[in-house]
Amino acid sequence: MAQYLFRRLGTLLVSLFVAALLVFLVVEVLPGDPARTILGLDAPESAVAALRTQLGLDEPAPLRFFTWLGGMAAGDFGQSYAYRSGVGRLVADRLAVTLPLALMALALTVALALAAGVYAASRRGRAGDTSVMLVSQLGIAVPNFWLGILLIIVFAVWLRWLPAGGFPGWDAGIWPCFRALLLPAVSLALVQAAILARVTRAAVLDVMEEDFMRTAQAKGLSRRAALWRHALRNALIPVLTILGLQTANLLAGTVVIENVFQLPGLGRLVFQAIAQRDVIVVKSVVVLLVAMVVVVNFAVDLLYMAVDPRLRVAA
Amino acid sequence: MSGHDTLRRSSPAFRAGLVLTLVLALVAALSLVWTPHSLGGVAVANGLRPPSAAYWLGTDHFGRDVVSLLMAGARTSILVALLAVAIGIALGVVLGLVAAARGGWIDEVIMRGSDITFAFPAILTAVLLTALLGAGTSNAILAIGIFNVPVFARVTRGAATAVWAREYVRAAEAVGKGRLRITLDHVLPNILGLLVVQATIQFAIAILAEAALSYLGIGAQPPQPSWGRMLRDAQTYVFVAPALAVYPGLAIMLAVLGLNLLGDGLRDALDPRLRAPRR
Repeated sequence: MAQYLFRRLGTLLVSLFVAALLVFLVVEVLPGDPARTILGLDAPESAVAALRTQLGLDEPAPLRFFTWLGGMAAGDFGQSYAYRSGVGRLVADRLAVTLPLALMALALTVALALAAGVYAASRRGRAGDTSVMLVSQLGIAVPNFWLGILLIIVFAVWLRWLPAGGFPGWDAGIWPCFRALLLPAVSLALVQAAILARVTRAAVLDVMEEDFMRTAQAKGLSRRAALWRHALRNALIPVLTILGLQTANLLAGTVVIENVFQLPGLGRLVFQAIAQRDVIVVKSVVVLLVAMVVVVNFAVDLLYMAVDPRLRVAA
Repeated sequence: MSGHDTLRRSSPAFRAGLVLTLVLALVAALSLVWTPHSLGGVAVANGLRPPSAAYWLGTDHFGRDVVSLLMAGARTSILVALLAVAIGIALGVVLGLVAAARGGWIDEVIMRGSDITFAFPAILTAVLLTALLGAGTSNAILAIGIFNVPVFARVTRGAATAVWAREYVRAAEAVGKGRLRITLDHVLPNILGLLVVQATIQFAIAILAEAALSYLGIGAQPPQPSWGRMLRDAQTYVFVAPALAVYPGLAIMLAVLGLNLLGDGLRDALDPRLRAPRR
């Protein structure tokens, strides 16, 4: 067990290192000079040379990589040229929007998917099952940003119940922020839940054929109780696997959805940084988001063992 | 069993998928030679017209015919998806075949590498490429293509490893047939069906990704028509002409739905042969 954890932790660190190296190499290998990119094509050569020195671009590549990596490990992401402030500070401010949005979307996804999946499995082959499967098939095909626009049309333009976009800031109180994040979170969650509901249904159906399910019902447990208490828990492994794989989608989704609803999160930051040619910010945000994906997948591996004690022995 | 019989025995979902996919391909092909209106000119005075006999779905803010834009947008979606899937197959299948054929540390390195690449969503790769190279369709193709590589590598490796374990492959190995020959003669033909299914699904994902990138402004650039781009423009006019934000999304949804149903149907058709004996 401890050995497994140790090995898994080692893989995690290597993955993070390689991911950072990949991003660094892409920026290195592709043509173009970050200093020139930042200042624009018309800038005089002397200004570009000065900025190169200021940004430390004259140093050898390996040194720059390890300086950057060491800085990030210590929480220093470098200086944003466009914002004239620390990238770490910028990122922290934006995370205050992105993280709650992602968590809200995740909670909604899990709640919707488990409810719909277990319901469909319990009504296998009947109308309820067929409707869940049909709706989820459509849900998988819907682009989340289009769903966002449709929700804006219905709930902001027609009904005027919720804002069409923007974020009041946490100083304005929890309720206005919740209202601002609700439509974005729903746009993200409905599409993700469509996929997860199908996985949940299939997993629950698999478990329902197991002997212990018959035993549970023979002992006098109602079908419903057996379903929620035994079937769902045993079906959680494949559900968790897909949920872990969906994290990458969810984070990429927040980047898109923040732009649909003009939310000042990481996704918006990265696009403003592109417009301002702020390569350092783009590089750092990409690495940060990829690191989140890697860490979440690590956490999912650990969750397996919490959910299924059998895996602790195997590990 | 003739082709006709196969089609008749297939599920309604598969047939719906086939029809939707064929319509998508035909519309894209047709747009090469004919669209109801030309997309060349801009006539702002003719902008945001409601649907009429001349403009079936109305016009956009530049006065361009929405039906013609949708038709031409199908072309962009297909082109990007086709090339992105081709990149994924070209690199991913080779890596997967090598991993399965060689095993050991080569397998380990390829698979760990694909794990890490998998942590890069296409949108983030595209963001990075755009920051360095500027926006453009080629970045979208490259980013989605890179995302496809680990997907094909994993699927190929998994299926190929199963084929390598079969007796006739072991026999071929025993009589001294080389690994490359075995891979080409036995492994690849056996996993081809599975790869077709995966390609169909990745094609659908690529259409979604292309639309998202174009919507964000880092995919197809004007004047190249694209469904994602249309949605981006439509959102600006959502209070004036909300219908404009509906059509491109519907087009994306139907295209993706068709491909997904087609992929599911193909998988079901292949399943009996691929399924491992139960217990």
